[in-house]
Amino acid sequence: MVEHSAVTQSEAEGRGPEARPFLRFRDDDPVGDPAVTVDAFLGQGNATAVRIEPGDDTRDLLPHLERVALVEVNFPSFGDGRGYSAARILREAGYAGELRAVGDVLVDQIAYMRRCGFDAFEPGEPLNADDVDAALGRFPHAYQQAADSAVPIWALRHGKGAGDHDG
Amino acid sequence: MYRYDHCDQAMVDARVAEFRDQCQRRLDGRLSEDQFKPLRLMNGLYLQLHAYMLRVAIPYGTLSGAQMHILADIADRYDRGYAHFTTRQNVQYNWIRLEDAGDILADLASREMHAIQTSGNCIRNISSDHFAGAAADEVCDPRPYAELLRQWSSFHPEFSYLPRKFKIAVIASPTDRAAMKLHDIGINLVRNNEGELGAAFYVGGGMGRTPMIAPLIREFVPLDQLITYAEACLRVYNRHGRRDNKFKARIKILIHELGADEYRRQVEAEFEHLLAQDIEPPFAELERLREFFGDPGFEDLAEAELDRSDPEFALWADRNTHPHKQPGYVSAIVSLKPVGGIPGDATSAQMRLMADLATQYSFDECRVMHTQNIVLPHVRKADLHALWSRLDEAGLATPNLDQIDDIIACPGLDYCSLANARSIPVAQKISQRFAANGKGDTLGELKLKISGCINACGHHHAGHIGILGVDRKGVENYQLLLGGSEADDTSLAKITGPGFDEDGIVDAVETATDVYLANRADGERFLDTYRRIGMAPFKEALYG
Amino acid sequence: MIILTGNDLASGAVTWWAGSEWSRDVADAVDVGEEADAIAAREEAARRVNVPYAIKAEIGPDGTVRPAHIKDRIRGLGPTVRPDLTLKPGDANAVHEVI
Ligand code: SF4
Repeated sequence: MVEHSAVTQSEAEGRGPEARPFLRFRDDDPVGDPAVTVDAFLGQGNATAVRIEPGDDTRDLLPHLERVALVEVNFPSFGDGRGYSAARILREAGYAGELRAVGDVLVDQIAYMRRCGFDAFEPGEPLNADDVDAALGRFPHAYQQAADSAVPIWALRHGKGAGDHDG
Repeated sequence: MYRYDHCDQAMVDARVAEFRDQCQRRLDGRLSEDQFKPLRLMNGLYLQLHAYMLRVAIPYGTLSGAQMHILADIADRYDRGYAHFTTRQNVQYNWIRLEDAGDILADLASREMHAIQTSGNCIRNISSDHFAGAAADEVCDPRPYAELLRQWSSFHPEFSYLPRKFKIAVIASPTDRAAMKLHDIGINLVRNNEGELGAAFYVGGGMGRTPMIAPLIREFVPLDQLITYAEACLRVYNRHGRRDNKFKARIKILIHELGADEYRRQVEAEFEHLLAQDIEPPFAELERLREFFGDPGFEDLAEAELDRSDPEFALWADRNTHPHKQPGYVSAIVSLKPVGGIPGDATSAQMRLMADLATQYSFDECRVMHTQNIVLPHVRKADLHALWSRLDEAGLATPNLDQIDDIIACPGLDYCSLANARSIPVAQKISQRFAANGKGDTLGELKLKISGCINACGHHHAGHIGILGVDRKGVENYQLLLGGSEADDTSLAKITGPGFDEDGIVDAVETATDVYLANRADGERFLDTYRRIGMAPFKEALYG
Repeated sequence: MIILTGNDLASGAVTWWAGSEWSRDVADAVDVGEEADAIAAREEAARRVNVPYAIKAEIGPDGTVRPAHIKDRIRGLGPTVRPDLTLKPGDANAVHEVI
């Protein structure tokens, strides 16, 4: 069975039901540099953190991924789902650095965001820790191959990839 | 029929728990209505004119007897003893309490059903040909492919906050019985010159405010790349579909603005990229799905002649059955369009009867048609009279398939909070008019479709005769449209001119049929005559 | 007059602001005048109503409250095609009065 086990691995600050302002599912140290706009990033050679807005073309960043340590993807409103594609495109291109969803990030969305490759969250409104745990632990399986380690149900049925993942 | 394995069941059960929790958070105030709305919509729960409305998914319209039974039980237990079958082959309940929503989903899950993604800006229930697996003209049963797409689209992490809703239809015959080209993606399974099966992708069709017929984007996608191609189509849309204006957010507008060639170029580039990502389920999965949709164990029967000595039965058999690929069988259509009735509504007692008849006479299977009737797909001709008698007793044997009184009507202003005008009373008056004046029987195939607003849930653009309800300074008004079709000769109906009031529109429909009767050549349907003689004679008769 | 309507959060039932509480019957609706937004905000925050909104209405010939728009009149009564399910199942004229 596939576990959405991120919370137990997380470096999330604070346990218990109090609100977590910032959720992080990585072991490395957070990047301190301020994220710059995509235009600014492409125009200056030394920035290591970049912030993608919904209208930006994520693929503009792909030639420069080796110098990126943090990508923030902004969700000005939770209903604008372009950031999900942005995340997958980055992961599909091999980006392994921090991918942080910022803005109008709600607890009922973070499981899908994890599946698309986000590994950090900086919601405008802090999330309730119990709700986060419940949301990430909710679904035992996944139907699709995405950017996370979940083994798709079709692979569980037919063996492909089963055992490749630590869950 | 498809049966859940433990994975499918676990996913649906998890969704029930998730939605229970979300409802609770709404009830205790932790979720605002703005935050809750997209969540409830993704579980088919609307706030409608009189109460919450729950839309239950019926994947590709296929139901077992037990599933139809639980739908009837839900109607009694949590609603007011009836349900409404919709133009997307789903079913909806009009009087649902938010407090009960979790229990209803649990009841559905106990029969391998759900309301997942029956609304919201996500990939909706996959629709298909209601004669799938029974029609003589299909190249294969489309439902395994629809099921493959159902699973892929369920809880899709990237495509759950699309610019707008997204509807997919899958068919597998040259005759289009599912309005395939009026979907966001219409998939037609075809054989290529080498005899291999593949999928033609039509993308960017739809009705609503700006009706469009989907252009062909790719003639042949190999079956082992179906999901990858669909993913590419969706990703281009998710990234570039308009989000600045709700009325321009459907994929049809994107493709219209980009042009089909540019959209195709972008999809092909994304497809190339995604092929390398290895996201396609293995072929073994498709084979597993196909096993569920094999022939249900037809008997070897000689082609039989019906006993036509009972004229009422003979009329019903002529009108409400469809030829079957298997000798000795037909598909029988249960009419939910009694004269003066509410199109698509069925009482719990009628639903239970249909369930039992499906079990007894049709290998435990029934189908919801997008025309809001129910099909019993595999009935032995020898059983047809007995079936008809049982239906007739229950008011379910109106012999009117594709006749003028087989009207598609959306719920309209009697139930729908988006409506401008009521649809149902207009349908009722038209069916009563044509039953009373006797003209109905002389008209032959005539598809009449009514929507209560521009959203076109009643498919008025695709009616041979279409009616659109509009709001004229607070008064219901109805526009008349002519010449639409959602079959393989898909066309969009054109408006005749100024609208009519409720009685006026009934007269106007009669006038239009009179023009047809006066002008029709041998064997012509209303639509054929309209296409031949054009709008002018109709306008002349309507507006003088 | 201006009246306030919405749906009950838990049941979804159509409700009307009757001065100190919500009523199922549009006949109980009171004129809220300038207070519409304040009452709506307060009641929604307390979850005694869901998505409230103010509408125009008048006093009809029979002395009862009549919403200006047909949509709200149908909300007040119930589906016109199912008189048995409306708030006035026994009143044959009720459907005609709202149209
Ligand atoms: S067409 Fe309009 S009135 Fe009819 S059901 Fe759809 S949204 Fe409602």
